[in-house]
Amino acid sequence: MSATGFIQLYVFILAGFVGFLVISRVPPLLHTPLMAATNAISGISLVGSIVLAGGQYGKLPTILGVIAVACAMTNVVGGFIITDRMLNMFKRGDKKDAGPKRNEAA
Amino acid sequence: MQETIAQLTYLVASVLFILGLRSLTKPDEARRGMQLAALGMLLAIIGTMLHQEILTYTWIVTGLIVGTLIGYPLGKFVPMTAMPQRIAFSHMFGALAATLVGIGEFYHMYQGDHPTNPSAAESRFKMAAIGFEVLFGALTVSGSFMAFGKLQEFITGRPVTFKGQNLLNGLLFLSAVGCLGWLIYEPSNVIAFYSMVAIAFAIGFMLVIPIGGADMPVVVSLLNSYAGLAASATGFAIGNNVLIIAGALDGASGFILSIIMSKAMNRSFGNVLFGAFGSGGGVSSKKTAEGLTAKSISAEDAAVLLGYASKVIVVPGYGMAVAQAQHQVRELAELIEKKGGEVKYAIHPVAGRMPGHMNVLLAEANVPYDRMYDMEEINDQFAECDVAIVIGANDVVNPAAKTDPGSPIYGMPILRVSDAKSVIVLKRSMNTGFAGIENELFFDEKTSMLFGDAKASLSKLVSEVKQL
Repeated sequence: MSATGFIQLYVFILAGFVGFLVISRVPPLLHTPLMAATNAISGISLVGSIVLAGGQYGKLPTILGVIAVACAMTNVVGGFIITDRMLNMFKRGDKKDAGPKRNEAA
Repeated sequence: MQETIAQLTYLVASVLFILGLRSLTKPDEARRGMQLAALGMLLAIIGTMLHQEILTYTWIVTGLIVGTLIGYPLGKFVPMTAMPQRIAFSHMFGALAATLVGIGEFYHMYQGDHPTNPSAAESRFKMAAIGFEVLFGALTVSGSFMAFGKLQEFITGRPVTFKGQNLLNGLLFLSAVGCLGWLIYEPSNVIAFYSMVAIAFAIGFMLVIPIGGADMPVVVSLLNSYAGLAASATGFAIGNNVLIIAGALDGASGFILSIIMSKAMNRSFGNVLFGAFGSGGGVSSKKTAEGLTAKSISAEDAAVLLGYASKVIVVPGYGMAVAQAQHQVRELAELIEKKGGEVKYAIHPVAGRMPGHMNVLLAEANVPYDRMYDMEEINDQFAECDVAIVIGANDVVNPAAKTDPGSPIYGMPILRVSDAKSVIVLKRSMNTGFAGIENELFFDEKTSMLFGDAKASLSKLVSEVKQL
C-alpha cells in the first residue's frame, strides 16, 4: 500500500472517531434532523461526480457522471432544505409555567 | 494554484461539516450550524469546479439544475409523516451517485476509447477502493429502494421470508467478497467488476425483503451508514479527503443510530437483520386476556380527570402519528396548562418509524421541544404523575417487558406508564400491537380505555375540557 493510501486511512479513521464523539452527543430529540443532515452531507459525492461529468473521459462516463451529479445534487438541495425546515419547527416553550428548565446540553 | 484553492475549500468544508453536526447537540444552535454546513457544501462544489481535468461545464451545470429541480420539492413539500420513506428515497440517490462514479472510473481506466490501463501493481489499492464503493453503493441503492417501498406501502410491509433465505444471502455475500478479492488480484477484470455490481444490487434487495415495517428505524439508519461508507470509499478511489471525511461522519452517524435503535428494541443487530420480527404467527405470549376486563371511560369523565390533574404525561405512539392527531394533542395540552396543570411528553426511542421521528411530528404541531422528554429522563417522573395519557402506543408501555420472562418483548426498555396514579389509553380497539401480545397495562385497575379514532377522541376531549 502506498504512502497516500496510509494517509487516507488515517484521515478516514480520525474522521470516523470525531464523528463518533460528536454524534453520540446529539440528543434523541434531534435524531431525525441528524439523519436528514448526514444525508445531505453524503451529497459530497458531487465532488467525484462533477469531475466525471466534465472530464471528457468518453461518452459513457460523461452520461454516468451527469446522472451522478443530478443524484448527488438532489441529496444536497433536498437534504439541507428539509433539515432547515425541521430545525425551524423545534421551538422552546416561552410560557413561564413550563416547569423547570431542562439542561439541553446533556 | 487552482489545486491549492480547491484543497483549501475542501479543508474548510470538512471543518464546517463537523461544526454543523456538532451544532445538532444543542437545539437552539442547530439551525445556524446546519446553514454553515450547507455553506461548506457550496464551497466544496466551487472548489471542485476548478479541477484541471474538467474541460466542459455544460453537462455539470445540466446535472446540477436537474438535481436542484428534483431536490427542491423533496425538501420543501414532503410531509413530516412521510419523513422515513423520504430519507430512504434520498439515500438511494446518494448511493447511486457513488456507484455511478465507481463504474465511470472503472470504465475510464480499462474500457472506453482511451483506456489509461494502469499496471496491476499501481491500481490495486484504487481498485479495492472502487470495489468497496460500488459494493456499498449498489446494495444501498436497492436496499433503500426496498425500504422506501415498504414504508410507502407499495410493497408489503410484512417480512417476506422463505426457506433457505439465510443460506442464499450467505452465498450472495460470499460471491460478492469473492469478486472483490478477484478484482484486487486482477484489477482489469471486467467480468469480476460487473458481476460484483450485480450481486451487490441483489444483496440490497435480499437484506431488506425479510424486514418488517416496524423494524424500519434500524434499517434506515443502517442504510444511512452504508451510503456514508460508499462516499468514503469514493474518496479513497479518487484521492479526495473531503469525501473520506464526510463519508466517515455519515457512516458513524448511521452506525450509532442503528445501535441505539436496536438497543431500544432489545434486539441484537443480527436479530434485526435476519430475525424477521413482526411476522405475526409464531410470536405469542403465555398470558392471554381471558378473564380480564378492560375498563372503558367516556370522553366526559376523561376530560374531568385531565382538566383537574396537576401533572400529566402524554405518551404518543405511532397510532397518533397515523391519525395525524398531534395538533389535537397540543391543543389539549394547552388547555390543561391554562387550567394550571403541567404537561410533559414521554418519547420512547422507537416511537415512530425512524430515530427521533415522534419529536419532529410533535414539533410540527408546535409542541415546544423543552416539554419532550426521552425515556431515561422521564421514567422516574411517572410515579408523581396524576394522569398518563397513552395515544396509540402499545408495546413501548407494556409492563410484560419487565415482568414476564416468557414474553417476546421481555427485556425491552419501556416507558413506566404503569407507575402513574391513573392511566388513560386512547385506542381503536383491544387489538394487539405489532409484537402481537396482550398488554396487561390495559387491564390494570387504574387504567381506563377511551376507544375510538385518536383524532376524534382527542377533539372530543378538547371540547369537553373547554366546558369544564
